[in-house]
Amino acid sequence: MMLMLQDFFGPFWPAVWALVKIVVIVMPMMGAVAYLTLAERKVIGYMQIRIGPNRVGPLGLLQPIADAIKLLMKEIVVPAGADKFLFLLGPVLSIMPALAAWAVIPFTPELVLSNVDASLLYIMAITSMGVYGVVIAGWASNSKYAFLGAMRSAAQIVSYEIAMGFALVTVLMMSHSLNLLEIVKAQQGPLGFLQWNWIPLFPMFVVYVIAGTAETNRAPFDVAEGESEIVAGFHVEYSGMTFAIFFLAEYANMILISALTSIMFMGGWLSPVGFLPDGMLWLFAKMSFVLFLFLWFRATFPRYRYDQIMRLGWKVLIPVTLVWLVVVGILMQEPLRGLPVLNIWFH
Amino acid sequence: MDFTTVIFSAFALTLLGAGMGVILSRNPVHAALFLVLAFFTGAGLWMMLEAEFLAITLVLVYVGAVMVLFLFVVMMLNVDLDRLREGFWQHLPLGAGVALIMVAEMVLVVSSKQFSKLGADLQPASETVSNTRDLGMQLYTHYVYPFELASVILLVAIVAAIALTLRKRKDSKHLDPAQQVLVKASDRLRIVSMRSEGDQ
Repeated sequence: MMLMLQDFFGPFWPAVWALVKIVVIVMPMMGAVAYLTLAERKVIGYMQIRIGPNRVGPLGLLQPIADAIKLLMKEIVVPAGADKFLFLLGPVLSIMPALAAWAVIPFTPELVLSNVDASLLYIMAITSMGVYGVVIAGWASNSKYAFLGAMRSAAQIVSYEIAMGFALVTVLMMSHSLNLLEIVKAQQGPLGFLQWNWIPLFPMFVVYVIAGTAETNRAPFDVAEGESEIVAGFHVEYSGMTFAIFFLAEYANMILISALTSIMFMGGWLSPVGFLPDGMLWLFAKMSFVLFLFLWFRATFPRYRYDQIMRLGWKVLIPVTLVWLVVVGILMQEPLRGLPVLNIWFH
Repeated sequence: MDFTTVIFSAFALTLLGAGMGVILSRNPVHAALFLVLAFFTGAGLWMMLEAEFLAITLVLVYVGAVMVLFLFVVMMLNVDLDRLREGFWQHLPLGAGVALIMVAEMVLVVSSKQFSKLGADLQPASETVSNTRDLGMQLYTHYVYPFELASVILLVAIVAAIALTLRKRKDSKHLDPAQQVLVKASDRLRIVSMRSEGDQ
């Protein structure tokens, strides 16, 4: 069967086979995005002593599908003064990085679409392009509110990327590799969850989760949308499916950040205790935990004021990462790394 | 024609098209976006040369940070194209002369025998050590002084740029968060005990 297909496609077989694998990853991801929206409404509902959506299907389980059909049926309105091509390009550019980054995410030691050596760098490069969708959408809408949202988002994402990048530098110092597979393998050991990066790099773990929340424009850092100040920010002029794509991109990015946090700080597919087998389910459990944190943040914290976001990014998170970079560098040196407790992580 | 040739041609054509777009588009925002596309396809070409570290860093630094700030500025400006075009014919001879000299120089360099020999005696990167690790080893051992020199120059440039633009604004509504946190209820609120109307 495989050989027959290989013959049929000839020189294009690698591309076709890669496409099949991409679909196998993207389809469940889209399902996860749909049900993450339901989970968000349910979780926030219970946190505010409400029930959340419970009308469509049993326990409201069909709600995401009803939402999707509603958004598909709505008209896409393009404002008269908008730059039509860029207006439609904005949503595309915002979902592209959210999906492309999954190419290098390892689910198990064998299950990874593309095992490249510089996968951590690739992730940083691809996710840094997500801001274009927001900036282009805000500019092409030809609306003051949308433009303000785009400007805020551009400044915010560029600022938090620095702290995020430094957090990742410490991770690659620990594992001596840019390869995500190697990063997980470096956290493997007889002590289980005590050997994961989150203990030696705890400040970086916290910085990464905060910066990840800011990068995905989630509350309390959602000033790019800021309903109470600039209506809905960059996507105020979007309707129907074009709006839905922004929505999908935001949730896909949340899932991506949670996967990266799990892989880099919480041992990816590794089991937390020695007597249970490793596996993909552990990765999903860790991702769910980080996603729950995102929803919890949104239900708990009020939105930051814009200058406070900038202050937090530049004057708190970046200095913390710089200090911890030096601390990790010192702990990795010869006399210290062999000391009884430190040799658990710095081997 | 094998698959890599198809990919190479696609990247090369896109790069040329994007380059033309940068100089030909009438809208500065479109021009900046074409530049982003040019960087990205350029990175794709580098990736085909197995220079993955350089390719990804190009995307990370230029596409992910520099061009975002560039777009930020370009979008805020209201560029008047008619004013930019003033004196186009007057400056054309000088501009064309400079362009011709540059093209001639490039042709001379690229077509020379030395240029085609360049890199012939270089060792290919070893299979066991990753490209990035190799690059780091070279950069921090053999080339550590040029590297440090370049970083000092960049640092000076950053300090100079900040020093040039730093100014104290009198109407700035700057708040000191440390002071804000230390505020006590008694600083802001005075509770006065007085009889209510019902007691009178």
